[in-house]
Formats: sequence, C-alpha cells, structure tokens
Amino acid sequence: MRSKASLKLKIAAGIGLLFLHAPLAFVILYAFTTEERSYQFPPPGLTLKWFGVTFARPDVWNALVLSLRVATIATVIALTLGTMAAGALARTRFFGREVISLLIILPIALPGIITGIALRSAFNLLDIPFSFWTIVVGHATFCVVVVHNNAIARLRRLSPSIVEASYDLGADSFQTFRFVILPNLGTALLAGSMLAFALSFDEVIVTTFTAGQQATLPIWMLNELIRPRQRPVTNVVAVIVIALTFLPILAAYYLTREEGPASGGG
Amino acid sequence: MSSGASDMSVHTRPQAAMAARRLVPEDTSAVRFSGVTRHFGSVKAVDGVDLDVRAGEFFAMLGPSGSGKTTCLRLVAGFEQPNAGEISIFDEPVAGSPPFQRAVNTVFQDYALFPHLNILDNVAYGLRIRGMVRSEREKLAREALGLVKLVGFEGRRPSQLSGGQRQRVALARALVNRPKVLLLDEPLGALDLKLREEMQVELKTLQRALGLTFIFVTHDQGEALSMSDRVAVFDAGRIVQVGTPEEIYERPRNRFVAQFVGGSNVLEPAITARLGGQPRLASLRPEAIAVQSVGAAPGDGHVHVDGICIEVQYHGAMRRVIAECASIRLAALVPATQARNLLSGEAVRLSWSPASLHVMEDEK
Amino acid sequence: MTSVALDPPMAREALSRRLSSVLFAKRGLLVTLLLVPPLLWLGVVYVGSLIALLIQSFFSIDEFSGTIVREFTLKTYAELLRPANLDVILRTLAIATFVTFASAVLAFPIAYYAARYARGRTKATFYIAIVMPLWSSYLVKVYAWKLLLAKEGAVAWGADRLGATPMVDALLSMPFVGGPSLSVSYLGQALVFAYLWLPFMILPIQAALERVPASLIEASADLGAAPGQTFRTVTLPLALPGVAAGSIFTFSLTLGDYILPQIIGPSTLLLGQTVYVLQGTAGNIPLAAAFAVVPIIVMGFYLFAAKRLGAFDAF
Repeated sequence: MRSKASLKLKIAAGIGLLFLHAPLAFVILYAFTTEERSYQFPPPGLTLKWFGVTFARPDVWNALVLSLRVATIATVIALTLGTMAAGALARTRFFGREVISLLIILPIALPGIITGIALRSAFNLLDIPFSFWTIVVGHATFCVVVVHNNAIARLRRLSPSIVEASYDLGADSFQTFRFVILPNLGTALLAGSMLAFALSFDEVIVTTFTAGQQATLPIWMLNELIRPRQRPVTNVVAVIVIALTFLPILAAYYLTREEGPASGGG
Repeated sequence: MSSGASDMSVHTRPQAAMAARRLVPEDTSAVRFSGVTRHFGSVKAVDGVDLDVRAGEFFAMLGPSGSGKTTCLRLVAGFEQPNAGEISIFDEPVAGSPPFQRAVNTVFQDYALFPHLNILDNVAYGLRIRGMVRSEREKLAREALGLVKLVGFEGRRPSQLSGGQRQRVALARALVNRPKVLLLDEPLGALDLKLREEMQVELKTLQRALGLTFIFVTHDQGEALSMSDRVAVFDAGRIVQVGTPEEIYERPRNRFVAQFVGGSNVLEPAITARLGGQPRLASLRPEAIAVQSVGAAPGDGHVHVDGICIEVQYHGAMRRVIAECASIRLAALVPATQARNLLSGEAVRLSWSPASLHVMEDEK
Repeated sequence: MTSVALDPPMAREALSRRLSSVLFAKRGLLVTLLLVPPLLWLGVVYVGSLIALLIQSFFSIDEFSGTIVREFTLKTYAELLRPANLDVILRTLAIATFVTFASAVLAFPIAYYAARYARGRTKATFYIAIVMPLWSSYLVKVYAWKLLLAKEGAVAWGADRLGATPMVDALLSMPFVGGPSLSVSYLGQALVFAYLWLPFMILPIQAALERVPASLIEASADLGAAPGQTFRTVTLPLALPGVAAGSIFTFSLTLGDYILPQIIGPSTLLLGQTVYVLQGTAGNIPLAAAFAVVPIIVMGFYLFAAKRLGAFDAF
C-alpha cells in the first residue's frame, strides 16, 4: 500500500507536536516548585504546600464559583439557541440561509476584542450596568456556534429518511422529535455543551469588556499575570484550569468520534 | 368499510389474519390519482398523472430515474402534496393530510431503520406511537419478524445486520401496522443479484398471503415485469402506459416503452413501409428475429433483410447479435447454440414473421 | 371477537397532532419558529452591538472637555493616519504576517503526517493531540510561555546547557525583532502567537490534504514524477486552500489579541492593546471604535482573497 513516512517528516511532525504540548507540562511542574519569587528552572525543590495555600484563598474560590456559574448559564442558553438554529438550517435551503450561517460563526470569526468592545459600547449606550448577566450575554454569544456546529454535523449525518419513516409510522412532529431526533442528537448536544462550557470557562478577552468589578477565574489569572502577587498560587490555579477544561474536551471527543455506520441506512 | 373493520380485529389473532386474504371486492380502488401534478420550482416532477391502483394489486411504477415515480409514491405517503389534482386512498381524498395520519406505510430505499433502537423496538415503533401497551406490541412485532424470517434478531442493532436483513426489518416494521397500502421505494436496489431474486419471490408470496395492496417503485424492468400484476411506465413525469406485464412487454405503446422495457428494436415508418408493411412506427422484439447466413431460406412467409454482423454478446443461454442492415441497426436474441460460429464482420440474414411486428402510436 | 383497543392514528386528534399537521403543511413556519430566538439573540444583541460600535467610530471626542461629540464626522478615521497610529497598524500587520507564515511552516509536517500516514489509533491520537491544545485555556498557554521564556526559565537554561546561549544572544541583538530577553522581544512574542494559533493552521491543512485522493499521488508517480516533484507539483498546490483557510484564523486572531502583548513582548502597543487602552483609561471610545474597524476591513479583504483561493472548501 502506501509508502512509509520519511524520517525527516517524522522528526518534523514530532518536533511540531512536542512544541504544541511541552509548554503545558512546565505549567504543571511549576505548581510544585518551592521557589516563590522567580521562574527559576529547574525548580530548586518540589512541594505540595501551594495547593493547600490556594484552596485557602477566598478570592480564588469566588472567581472559580463565578466562572462555573457563568459557564453553566451561558451553556444552557447556547444549547437552546444552537440546537434551534441547527434544526432550522440542517436540511433546508432558502434565501438568506448563508447569511444566517455567517451570523452564527461571526462571534468567533471576528477577533474577540471586537465582540468585547461592541458589547461594552452597546451596554454603555443603553445604560446597562455591568453584572453577572452582562458576562453571560457575551459568553453565550460566542458559545452558540459550538453547539450549532456539533448539532448540525450530527443532523446531516443522520439519514433524512429516518424522520420520514417516523412520520410514516404515525408519529407526529413532537413524537418524532422525542423518539427519533433527540435520542440520535443526544451525544452531539452533550459534546457541544461540554465544549461550550470549556470555551466559556476560560474565556478572557470578551470577559474583560463585559465584566464590571467581578473577576472570573481567567480574569483573576490575568490580573496575577500583569501584577503578580503570589506566583505559586497562580501556578496552582493554572493547573486547576487545565484540569477543568481538559476533562470536558476529552469527553466531548469520545462522544462524537465516528460511531461506525452512523445510521440504519448504512 | 370492510377493510377498515378487519383492520381493527386482526390483532386478536394476527398470524391467522395475516395469512388470510383480505375480503375486498376485486374492483375496489386502493389508490387513485386524478390529474395529479407536482412541481419543484420550474421542474414538473409529476405532470398530470391519472391512475387507479386496485385493492390487492401488486402494482409497479417503472421508469428511469427522474421520471416521477418516486415522487408519486411520496405523494401517496404524504411526504409531498400535489400542486394540482387529487389523490384518494380507498376512495377517501387525502389532500392536506400529513403522513402520520395516513393508513399507508413505506419501505424506504435506504430502509431508514432507527439507529438508536434495536430490531424489536424498530418494528414495534408504529404500535408504540399508537399507544399500544408494551407486551402487546412486542408480541405483534415478534410475529411480524417471524413473517420475514428474522426470529432471534430482536435484540440487535440495525448496524449489526446485513443489507438483506435490514430490508426485512423495514418490511416487518411497515407490515406490523397493517397498512391499507404498502409503498415500497426501490426496496431491492441495494441488494446483490442473488439476494434480490430471493426477495422478489418472498415479497410476491407475502403480498399474496396478506392480500395487501403493494405499490412498488423500481427502475429495473425485469423486476417490474416478473413481480407485478400491473405496471405503470413513467417517462418525464407522465405515465406513458399502464397494463399487465404481458401487455407492456408485447404491445408497447410508443418508442420509449419499447426501448426501456426490454430493449426492443424500433422501426421507423419509412423502414416498415420498405419492408412491405404500412408506414407506421413499429417495435420488433429481439427474440422474434432469426439469424441465418446469407442465402439461407427464411421461414414461411417471413420478412428478411441482409446485413453485416457487428457484435455478438454472450448471455449464457442466449446470444445477442447486433447487425447493421441497410443503415438500420437491429438486435436479435437467439439461442446460444445457433450463433456459435458467428463472427463480427460476417454477412448475416435476419428474418421474422410479419405478425411479430407490433405497430405503435405515431409520433408527432 | 374481542378486539384490542387500537386507535388508528387518524382517530386521535390531540392538540399536538393538530399542531403537527399545521407545521407539516407549512414547513417554512417551523423553520421560522426555530430561527426566531437565535436570530433575535445574534441579530439584535450581537449585530446591534457591532452597529453601535460602527456608529461610534463616526463620532469624535472633544479635545478640551474629553466628552464624546455625537455628530457624524470622518475626523476620527483621519486620526488613524497619524504616524503614531499608522505605525501601530502596520506593526501589527507585520507581526500577523510573520506569525501566519511561521504557523504554516510548523503546521505542515504535522498535518501532512496526520493526513497521509497516520491510521487507526495513531490517527485518533494525532487528532486529540492537535485538538486538545486548541481548546485548552488560552491564558494558561500564555502563562506557560512566560515561565519558559523568563530570564531564569527553562529555555535559557536549555540554551545554556546546549551551549547555544551565544546563538540566542545573537538573535536577540538583531534590530527590531530582538530585545533584552526573549520574553520582551518581538521574536518571543511572534513565537508564542505561532504556538497559540498552530492548531487552527494544522486542522484545515490536514482536511485539505485528506481530500487529495491517494490515487492522485500514485498517478503522478505513474507518470514519472519523483516523490519530491509530486510533492511540489501535486500535493503542495492542493494543500494551499488549507493554508489559506488556516491563515484566516492566524491572521484574524493576531490582529485582535491584546492579552499576549501585555505579557510577552516589548512595551510598544499592538492594535488590540491600543483599542483596549483607548476605550478604557483614555475614554476615547470613537477612536477605539475606529481602530476596531481596521481588523474588520482587513479581514474582509482577506476573506475575499481567501475565498478566491478556495479556502472555504477546506474547512
């Protein structure tokens, strides 16, 4: 069959992957360093004490809880809107359809700073004070596309005739949605939600514009990066963020990887 | 109505009921099309179709792809609504009623089995929607699976079945609802030759045993002719001929039917006149032509033309001889033994009885 | 005969059935109903905000009182052409171009290997390996590089051990790209940008390469092309739409970023930072809005060009 990859290609690909992954390993390593003042490498010693210090910090806890709350609500909104849009666009053709697709992608296609400043100036113009809800509005806006993309990919892979078969066997639109579409869409929606959650959980650019005095975990981290107070605590928070985004993303992958012959049609 | 009433009671003894022929008068109309037109934008998929499918009939809609046959089936199922004309199912107009309110069921071309349900739940789906209790619907589903010889597959997923098995599940899933009409959309298209032949026999047997009306869409003329009681031939959104397989095959109405159903030779009016007949368009079946060497005496009263053999195709028991005779090309189907030594480039004499020449409609 | 109570579907006329019939007859209605909420959100909240931003860019700021004058003017856009502001725009464009180029070079071998050689489990592993960094936390990734590039950090330590310190110093002493250390130089900044956007470049290139049928490569070999020739004349041209698609991300993301330049790189401002500073501490919303319009216009031209290169087929 096909020839083997050349050694040069293997090395180049290997270096590329190493470049992509090695930096995060250093973040994890630094969470255990005994050095407090600088980023000295290699760490002079290893310790677990910074985890205890971090967990005792109320500002970290407040930021974490706020981030989780924002991510949860933004995900629920994105799930509703994204699924509706996917249902409307999956197998239809009408004038303006492309414009709507573009509209859904726009919040992540445009640089985050534009989404951020646009929302901020709109809130200002309307005299809406910054709050928990202004953060949620920003996050939900760019999370819709993630759910939408997952749902529409699954809807397109399903044989369109299974919906017709359901109608044919006597089920009305609601029954068809409940007994046929939803069970087949379920894992894609779950995956979309997890990605939306992860996206919201570590978003920082839009949040800096739509948050008032409140600090989500990424905002907390950003402040620490610009004006460091206690570096080891930042290191530990970074590890927590890695863990909290890694798991939903991995789960989303397993939920949506190719499931063999996807539909009964085969 | 008798068929409706028997519908209600069959479920008490389904096996017996399924085996019994329906008590429907022969001439009851199962599906009627009156001037039905369906267009998609400027494309007329179905263009003024009139048709009457009788109850208990095995009816084939035959035509090339894009001829409107599948759209007709979808109009009956309710997936499409006509732009003009009316469709009745057992004399009840169905205008505007959605598929879930029609007492017809469909076997889809890609089977459309629900990937998230096992085989038993797939078959029981229609009954579950109607609110039948689990024990009852599972009993009926098992019986339907028995009918299509798939006992023991209840717990499997559609993806674990072969194409032929999926086809049977699709059939059972439709039949278990006791539809008044069963619609089959190219159901055998995805199967290999051997399986297809097996299923042809089984479908026909099942239809006879159940006494149900089957409307069967296919582009395979052999399938349409061998299975159906009657055939409607579609071309460009219209029905060009309706009749029994014999009528269609032996007495094609026009050039399209003659050529699409079995590849007849079509003789132009000028040619038939030159051969001593009336100047009418005519068809000539390949198997009605005898192939001899030039100079041999043709059969009694036979017409003959001489020409050059262009190609000999081997078809097992038969050979198909293509010959060019005075600017027309004719195909003859002869027993393989007769044309054994024929070579292309050889001079041949083709002859046939004038009675086998079938005069068709004139073309405008 | 006792018959099982079995209503034929027709007999049931529940509300949901009647509603379904209506929805079935007018399929456009269902699509409309489904589209209204997402369109209200994105069309009114989001596009409305974008328009509000655009409008503000046509206002100006009163130089004495510092208040916003709500009258149509092109004065604010003219301010963009001041040398200092033009410098910000051009510098950002230069970095975005360099970052795009660097990402493409780094991405190609990975994408090529994943598309043409990886199979089965290896392929799945590759996919996860590419997608994980894409989704993992942006800030943590930036932070990782702050650790790595710090004076006393791992890169300096590694260069020292390998005896490569003079090489790094030589790089840093180069005009414009260099600086006192990697973490405050354009070089380091561009490197981290390339790192951040690398997955966005790999995925479209991989998709484009996967669309090249193996038979095409075999046909080229069959017609007498050496592997290198095949690569140059068949594979590379067919991968270009993927590179173009990936560059949309790398370019756009670099133009709008304002977090990374605050943490890594020299103290001079890039476009994103300028917008942030202008709308925040400076309170000059009109000029910030005008600056924000620049990436939109640049990306508009860029998308137009990319579309002609076939980039949209490569997603």
